[in-house]
Parts: sequence; C-alpha cells; structure tokens
Amino acid sequence: MSLLVLCDHDRGTLDEASLEALTFGRDLAGKAEITCEAVVIGAGADAALDSLAAHGAEQVHLAGHDLLTDYGPEAWGETLTQLVRSTGATAVMACGTDRGNEVLAHVAARLDEPFVANCTDITPGDVWTMTRVQWGGSLLEDTTLDAGIRVVSVTHHAVEATPADRPAEGSVVLFTPDLGAEAARTVVRDRVVLTQGITLATSPVVVGGGRGVGSEDGFAQLEDLAGALGGVVGCSRAVTNNGWRPHSDQVGQTGTRIAPDIYIAAGISGAIQHWVGAMAAKNILAVNTDGEANMVAKAGYAVIGDLHKVIPAITEEIARRRG
Amino acid sequence: MRILVCVKRVPAPGSRINVTPDGHAVDTAHLGFTTSPHEECAVEEAVQIAEQYDGEVTVLTLGPAESDEQLRYAASVGAHKLVLIPITEVDWDPQRTASALTTAIADIEAADGPFDLILFGNESADTGGFQVGIRVAHALERPVVNGIKGIDLTHGTASARREIDGGFEVYEVPMPAVLGIKEGINLPRYPTMKGRLASKKAEVSATAVEALTGGQTRVRLHRPVEQVSETLILGTGPEAAPAVVDLLEELGVLS
Ligand SMILES: Cc1cc2nc3c(=O)[nH]c(=O)nc-3n(C[C@H](O)[C@H](O)[C@H](O)COP(=O)(O)OP(=O)(O)OC[C@H]3O[C@@H](n4cnc5c(N)ncnc54)[C@H](O)[C@@H]3O)c2cc1C
Ligand SMILES: Nc1ncnc2c1ncn2[C@@H]1O[C@H](COP(=O)(O)O)[C@@H](O)[C@H]1O
Repeated sequence: MSLLVLCDHDRGTLDEASLEALTFGRDLAGKAEITCEAVVIGAGADAALDSLAAHGAEQVHLAGHDLLTDYGPEAWGETLTQLVRSTGATAVMACGTDRGNEVLAHVAARLDEPFVANCTDITPGDVWTMTRVQWGGSLLEDTTLDAGIRVVSVTHHAVEATPADRPAEGSVVLFTPDLGAEAARTVVRDRVVLTQGITLATSPVVVGGGRGVGSEDGFAQLEDLAGALGGVVGCSRAVTNNGWRPHSDQVGQTGTRIAPDIYIAAGISGAIQHWVGAMAAKNILAVNTDGEANMVAKAGYAVIGDLHKVIPAITEEIARRRG
Repeated sequence: MRILVCVKRVPAPGSRINVTPDGHAVDTAHLGFTTSPHEECAVEEAVQIAEQYDGEVTVLTLGPAESDEQLRYAASVGAHKLVLIPITEVDWDPQRTASALTTAIADIEAADGPFDLILFGNESADTGGFQVGIRVAHALERPVVNGIKGIDLTHGTASARREIDGGFEVYEVPMPAVLGIKEGINLPRYPTMKGRLASKKAEVSATAVEALTGGQTRVRLHRPVEQVSETLILGTGPEAAPAVVDLLEELGVLS
C-alpha cells in the first residue's frame, strides 16, 4: 500500500512546491503506515532522483511517453490514474498549485473518487479527517474523506520543505502509460515569456493602491515611491475593476499573493479577499484617511492621512536623505 | 455558437468571515451575495464571444432559489438564457455538484443542441474545490484546461492562454471544449439600465436534478488563528514622512 506524490521539475530541478508535497507526504505516509513514493512525469527527471530520495521518496516512478514531453493536464491526469491503478496505490497527492490541483482533479474524475484540495493538516484512519482552506485561506474547513483511494492536495506554503532525517532508498521504476488521442487534446503548444526579473510575487517592496488613489493618473505618485525603493506597484480589485491598472497588478484571493519585506497599502480598506493576498508580507504600512479602516487595524504600522500628500512626502524624504 | 457558463452564488464578506454557531456555514445574516470574479469574467467572455459570432449564452447555477439573483445579474450584462437547479441544503459537495450539472447540461443539449464552449470559473470563491469543471468535462468526454486568461477561436479550435510565472503557455483545444476561466481575462462590463430592466423580466427555468453525495463531508468551518498586533501609528499626514523613512531604514529596505 502506498501514497503517490506527484512532483514537478524543470530540467531536473524540483520545484519548491513538490518538495513541500514530499515533506508533507512522507509524514502522512508514516502515520498511515504506507510507503511514500514519488511520481515524476516527462523526460529529464533523472537529475532529480537524489533530491527526491533525500526528501523521503522510497521509490520513484518515472513516467515517459511521447505525449509527456510538455505539460498537459489530461495526459498527466491519465498517466497518474493509470499508475495509481497499476501500483494499487491507496492515496495520491500533490502540492495545491495550479498544476497540482488540476492534475488531481483529473485523477479523481477518472477514478470516480472525491478530491480534497488544499489541505493544511491530515489525520489518516479508516475515514481520513482533514483541515483545508476555503476563501483562498480566509476560512478553514474541517472535513472527512471516505474513499477507496484518497486524492488530496496540500496547501502551498503550509509546510516548509525539509529533507528527511535519513534519505530514503529512492529506487527507480519506469512507467509507460497507454495514452490515446484524448490525452493529446490539451498539451502545451507554445510558451511565451513576458517578464523577467522581479515580479509582484517576488518583489521585496510592494506599494499598493486602492480606490482611495482615485484615478489612473493618481498611481504616478505610487510608481515614484516604488521606484525609489526598488519595488513594484500593486493594487486592489476596486482599482482593476475601474481599469486604472492591469489585473496583473492585483493583490488578493483572485490576484497575486505577495510576500515582500514591506507592503505599503495606500487607500485600501483591507477587505478579507485583499488581505489573504497581502498577509504573508513581513511588514505592512497602511496609509489611509480612515483610522478605523480594517487595513489600519491589521497593519503593524500606519499613517493616517491623505495618500496624495503622504506618499510624495515619503518619496521626497528618501531623496533628501540620499542627498 | 452556443456557450454555457456555470456560476455559483456565494456570500460577499467584508473585512472578516463569520461562521454560524453550528459551524456549518458562513453567517450571511448581514451579507450580500455575489458570484466569483472568475465566473463574472467567464460570463463577460461568453457574451463577448457571442457578440462576435452571433451566439447565444446560457448561464447555469446549482443553488438556493435566491441564486436567481446571480442569474439575473448575468442576464443584465448580456446572457440570453438562465437555468437554475434548486437545492435546499447550504452546499453540495463537489462530486454531487458536478454530477448534477452534468445531468442538467446533457438535458439542455438534448433539447436545444450541443454547446460549443462550456466555461467555468477556475475555482469557486467560497469552497474552492478546484474540480467541478474538470469533473463535468470528463463526464461529457470533452477536453478541459483550467486557469485560462485568454481565448481566440478559429475554425473549431479554441486557442487558450494560461498564465505561468512571468509569461503564459498556449493550448490548442478542439471544440466542443470546456475551459476554466481566471479573473483578468477581460474587464467585465457593468449592467446598463436597459439591461437591468430586461433582466427583471428574463425567464429563469428551474430544473430539479438529484445526485448522489460524494465522499467529502463538512464537519465544521472555523477562522484561522489571527495574529493580533497593535498598530503603531507613525503620524498623521505628510509630517509622518520622516518616521516612515526611519522605519524603512530600520527594516533595511532602503539600500
Ligand atoms: C470572491 C471575491 C474575490 C475578491 N478578490 C479580491 C482580490 O483578489 N483583491 C482585492 O483587492 N479585492 C478582491 N475582492 C474585492 C474586495 O472584497 C473589495 O471590494 C476590494 O478589495 C476593495 O478595494 P479597495 O480597498 O481599494 O476599496 P474600498 O473598500 O472602497 O476602500 C478604499 C479605501 O481608501 C481610503 N481612502 C479614500 N481616499 C483616500 C485618500 N485620499 N487617502 C488615503 N486613503 C483614502 C478609504 O478610507 C478606504 O479605506 C474580492 C471580492 C470577492 C467577493
Ligand atoms: N453550485 C454550482 N453551480 C454552478 N456552477 C458551479 C457550482 N459550484 C461550482 N461551480 C463551477 O465550478 C467551478 C469550480 O468550482 P469548485 O470545484 O468548487 O472550485 C466554479 O468556478 C463554477 O464555475
């Protein structure tokens, strides 16, 4: 009996999310008294074998096929389903990334089993019990899972990826799935790179603007401050809905999750759907005319006042000190 | 061009989400309701495609009778047909929901012809199961890709773009197809006065569907433990600037 953990890699380097899944998975497999096995799909995975073993994969299933040279949700879902069937695995998991959740939904649909997405904690047993996130992390749900084969994903960042105390054997088994024309319908055909360098998700400083900024032009002041701090501008949904900024700037449940050293949130009320995208910031400075705003209450630091006066004053003070 | 969009009625919480005393649901006593931004964009995308190709947009939801409000909103921004699967429980689990939607879609297609495109949100705003659209697509034996932020239609193929780190990947999906839409694919229009008036008179066809419950069962909802921190007020108005820059220096973000 085994737990299969889907791992994703880029030319042999495993992504952080997959190592989180393995870290979570080996602990879960230990509690469930089953083996923890990794699944890697596509060519070039050999380079990842050591890392997989170090993180606790007792066995590594390398799945290869002409249709698996690039990502495809149906091809990957079908492959993982066939592997579950052929190994007799009793559980299958991945990290709750876009891909992880997508592939597992395909697996669950094919196996006709439930799929519990984005768990933070799982207790195995006859019936598994778990805690999972709702509302993008604003709410938690305790739930039970009664299934022949358990299909679950672990919330991204719920655990920190750590190597196992003792590396596992990590013996390799090759697997060639039987893929038909259906699997070819949804394979990546092309890839376009738009930006390189710091992005909203990775920037150490984010200057965010909300409805309080008042207009598209009003963001020039925020751009100036972000520029002075080597950061980027973010915004709330009220702003994208008004067409003042592109959606790629939106922070929140249906936007980007940020984790900067400091988030300066100007003219943003702090609705729960915005907050879940911002709460991983190490420090938050709210600038708001309303001292009672939720953003002010939740932030570590605040300035009460009109952002159109406060933001340029900060930029000027930085310039003054730099001489 | 026949397009179907599946939307879900969800509460619209403000600064925090409260749970009912029994822990089974979000306390909606003082809340309005909405659909997920992903689904709002899916409706907008469907309406734009219909405008371009002389198509027809049907919007389908499974929910309480009040979900009629979300269907009418879709009509006010251009959807043509509205279908409600009424339920009395708070929520159906994802397997049960997908099974009921599949049955309803098959019934609509049997009566009125197949849909060229079926759009879902990437995930529902509240329960976030990340699966209903994929389950329905699998049951209908149609291709499906989630996370779509751009669609171009050419001769029976939907070229669909999906965001990845710093760029996007492109899929060429044969139609009829199912796509999971993400906010940002478009900027949804606001309803016009005319649209609003017309939507009041729009017909909502209700169709009861039964489906078996799935293996995931809610025990209770609760809020994550919040780090309560005192807010340090650095000052009022532009005079606070030196204190702010002191802080930035202290945090080491001012290199
Ligand atoms: C399912 C769902 C998902 C959502 N996802 C997101 C998401 O991803 N991201 C997101 O941001 N929202 C999201 N929302 C919307 C969210 O609920 C709020 O509507 C939105 O965040 C409000 O934006 P805001 O704070 O800019 O505007 P408001 O709530 O209108 O706040 C404006 C603030 O600006 C202050 N202000 C006004 N003038 C000034 C001034 N001159 N100087 C300083 N302060 C001033 C006001 O005091 C107020 O606090 C979502 C909603 C739903 C239902
Ligand atoms: N009750 C429902 N009625 C109609 N569509 C739904 C319902 N629940 C979920 N969906 C659709 O399925 C998508 C994915 O939902 P979920 O699997 O719950 O994250 C949503 O964005 C909706 O488009």
